Amino acid sequence: MQNDQLALAQTRGSVDPRVKRPLPAWVSTTALLLPTYGWLTLAVFLPLLTMLGFSFMSATPMGKTPVEFTLKQYRAFIDQPYLLRIGFNSLMMGFWTTLFCAILGFLAAVALVRATVGKAREALLVLILLPFWTNGLVRVFSWTMVLRENGFLDNILHMVAPDAGSISILYTRYAVVLGLVHGYLPYMILTCYIALVTIDDAIIEAAASLGARWWTILYKILIPMAAPGLISGAVLIFIPVIGSFMEPRILGGRVGVTMGTVIEDQFTQAFNWPLGASLSFTLLAVVLAIFATFSGVLRGRTAG
Amino acid sequence: MTNVKVKSVAKTYGPIPVLTDISTEFPEGSFTSLLGPSGSGKTTLLRIIAGFIKPDEGVIMIGNNDVTNVPVWGRNIGMMFQSYALFPHMTIAQNVAFGLERRGIKGEAAHKEVDRALEMVRLWGFGDRTPKQLSGGQQQRVALARAIVIKPSVLLLDEPLSALDRRLRQEMQVELLRIQRESGLTTIFVTHDQEEALTLSDKVAILDRGRIVQIGDPETVYEKPLTRFAAEFLGDSNFLSGKVENGAVRLSNGTVVRSDSALPGNGADVTLAIRPEKMSLATADSQPNRLSARITTVIYAGPVLSYILETPDGLPLKLFAQNRDGRVLREGETVSLSWSPEHTIAVAN
Repeated sequence: MQNDQLALAQTRGSVDPRVKRPLPAWVSTTALLLPTYGWLTLAVFLPLLTMLGFSFMSATPMGKTPVEFTLKQYRAFIDQPYLLRIGFNSLMMGFWTTLFCAILGFLAAVALVRATVGKAREALLVLILLPFWTNGLVRVFSWTMVLRENGFLDNILHMVAPDAGSISILYTRYAVVLGLVHGYLPYMILTCYIALVTIDDAIIEAAASLGARWWTILYKILIPMAAPGLISGAVLIFIPVIGSFMEPRILGGRVGVTMGTVIEDQFTQAFNWPLGASLSFTLLAVVLAIFATFSGVLRGRTAG
Repeated sequence: MTNVKVKSVAKTYGPIPVLTDISTEFPEGSFTSLLGPSGSGKTTLLRIIAGFIKPDEGVIMIGNNDVTNVPVWGRNIGMMFQSYALFPHMTIAQNVAFGLERRGIKGEAAHKEVDRALEMVRLWGFGDRTPKQLSGGQQQRVALARAIVIKPSVLLLDEPLSALDRRLRQEMQVELLRIQRESGLTTIFVTHDQEEALTLSDKVAILDRGRIVQIGDPETVYEKPLTRFAAEFLGDSNFLSGKVENGAVRLSNGTVVRSDSALPGNGADVTLAIRPEKMSLATADSQPNRLSARITTVIYAGPVLSYILETPDGLPLKLFAQNRDGRVLREGETVSLSWSPEHTIAVAN
């Protein structure tokens, strides 16, 4: 087979039009990178640029009002100081959700890695991923059934203690965080699982042989070694959570006013796209500032 | 510095017995190798002594303490693993200090101990590096320093040299032996490398299917194997089988072979083991035991020549000869082999 090809090549000689000169390196590099960057441009940069453009307009460019260039949308936080409080609440919502996800997700991942083997581990992983296959809206609404007055939670309580009052936490910030933790926990479990599964059993055994008990192993070995998983999980959760609007709206009711819902309102209710866009970019800037600060801290820790 | 006693230890995984009634003692300051093929239970025994596995039955004593129900972290053991198992997120000094910290030794006192341990493994001044910046051999030295710095009651080594290349492994063997002698630590060493076991240990225990088939000093275990398995696993052996006849053994081809071993009564079946290097090409004044055989393969390895032979009735034999006069026999030649009754060992099947 190889010999045949060789013989053919020889008979064709050097005049074969199908034998091409190699392309210059920059051409092939560009060609190979084009799909990735092309897709990024289409799906990320163009929409973002459009939104950035909107944020400098005085009105949504679809009505009859003349559109002018303005920076006033970015003064929203100064003109409407209540936005500051909403922004702060959103950040706190993100903080608590990320914290609870980190604690629960990390412990779940540890249990998954350390306590199970083979088939059992695969089955548990599938169970963790299962909520992803159901509609998010359905998941959030099912929480209202559980948390409302005379809901599932109250019913269980009343079976044990019939005279007890309602423990409904629906339409509170707790309910919002609960719903968000439920929705975003799998991200943390998976990122931590990936980080933990690479840790050699012998490292944990070595620590135990040197006198470390389980809590020492946890905070001296497992958490530092799985830090990359915790960090990427936190990033994956914090960003969507502070911009979330579905969970706050359904589970938070009156108290569920967040940056996410405010921005959504600008687009869907108030039809003020420029304000919605400028709020989005302000939020983006805050998030980037937070991560820049933290990555500096983390880099400082690993270097020192 | 303490001895370790294992009393009637048994362990089964489901229906499979991994260890059956193991009782032995590892004397204070001794270096014992647990030698056996994979699945023989040697690693399980080590891990039971370490406390990673709970035995179904039996007692583990470290010194005068029954530690059978003491968890790993309370046993004061030093352990080395095949994969080094250094903590990758800590510096070398932090790695070595880990066990000291667990014992409440911190600050200047810990610093001194760490320095001394690193000096002992000839890695003084490497404290600020991370495990990634060291070679495999250096990492294993750090693991050794980390294990001995806590002054453990017993040093447990789980095939620690298997991941190193040949040169480095021999270097580390010397180092390990020096440090073991200096520290006087009771050491239990799991290996499947017979040469390593012979070189390093005061005592070799050969395990087969969950039992210790023989335990003794390397010379005795090698020269006087008790079972066919021991003779085959530790070094090479030729096996001859026959029936006892008037204090000697008559083989199936009629040859009579003499042995200094205690033989069973007349008519009993017996297996004899002869080391290939104990056989020689017969000359006029040679030994009473003789067999003639045809050379089928010649393996030239420089200082040693290995011949694979076959007797007329089809019995395979091996012969190791020193390459003393540069004469190499050809394949196909028929030669006469001889050996002494002293080197003819009766073994249990």
